[in-house]
Amino acid sequence: MGVAVPPFETFYEAHKAEVFRFLRSRLGPDRVEDAFQETFLRALRAYERLEHGEHLRAWALTIAHRIILDDVRKRRPHGELPELVTEDGRPAFEELAPLTDALPPKERAAVVLRYGYDLGYDEIGTALGSTESAARQAASAGVRRLRKEKK
Amino acid sequence: MIETLTHDVDERFRAAAAAEGLLDVAYDVFDDTAMGPLLVGVTDRGVCRITFDPDPERELELLARLYGPRVLRSSRPVDRLHRELDEYLEGHRRTFDVEPDLRAQPDFYRRVLAELARVEYGETTTYGTLAARAGNPRAARAVGTVMNRNPVPIVLPCHRVVGANGSLTGYGGGLHRKELLLRLEGALL
Repeated sequence: MGVAVPPFETFYEAHKAEVFRFLRSRLGPDRVEDAFQETFLRALRAYERLEHGEHLRAWALTIAHRIILDDVRKRRPHGELPELVTEDGRPAFEELAPLTDALPPKERAAVVLRYGYDLGYDEIGTALGSTESAARQAASAGVRRLRKEKK
Repeated sequence: MIETLTHDVDERFRAAAAAEGLLDVAYDVFDDTAMGPLLVGVTDRGVCRITFDPDPERELELLARLYGPRVLRSSRPVDRLHRELDEYLEGHRRTFDVEPDLRAQPDFYRRVLAELARVEYGETTTYGTLAARAGNPRAARAVGTVMNRNPVPIVLPCHRVVGANGSLTGYGGGLHRKELLLRLEGALL
């Protein structure tokens, strides 16, 4: 038995500001409002099926991330691969996101949580039900694989 | 240009959640009533909760446990109840059109509350009479407990139930509120 699922209001109030900032930073001011609404409607549709109330922050951000992916796909109809731009030594998430689909699930989650949500490796380890060092390895393996596929 | 979450965007989500039928309970707090602050909760079947001087955190936990975790503040679904309560408290309404949702109540409670619903505006009855109508004349004390735990006071008029000697006895929302309501209805001078 984990932590009980809180009333949706509590979950929403705890994460709405951060989810909004995250979406705003990836999608810009014109698309953020619809994306915000869709993120929490999707969360609400799945809420009854949650079995416990742990890692709800990572869960909310994961849904937001999927909404961003949908949006990016819609806007890149020809399936061309974007450049893997790096700023301050890290892959720019917006460019990275459409490519991560092909990664093994654990690596993909680690890459996305690290570079998309800026979660620490300790948090990612917890969210994935493993350890901090396993999360670090999964993320770097994922990034290596992406670089290779890009070539 | 929008940088952080605005009130409008927040409210739009709350309205959409209700419009799509995704909520177990929509609730709101009315701060400005003649009875003080009221928290009200509605489901797709009707009003399930009215609480005086609410502690929202505790209320949310309770609503989630009884009706499901999708509990969200959303004003549109409770608009009608808000209007009816205002009209009633201003003396312009004698009966409520919103239905109570009593599905979370035990059988005996439901039976007693159904009888309570028939006590009319401006009239009073006694705990014993209500117990008899619910099929158990000896259960006056138990009826008192049901009144005290009435999930939807005002809409289900437990303020109209008094002691056999005419004393007000008690009220979940405090005796001063019972007195106010009975005065409003002209049942007390």
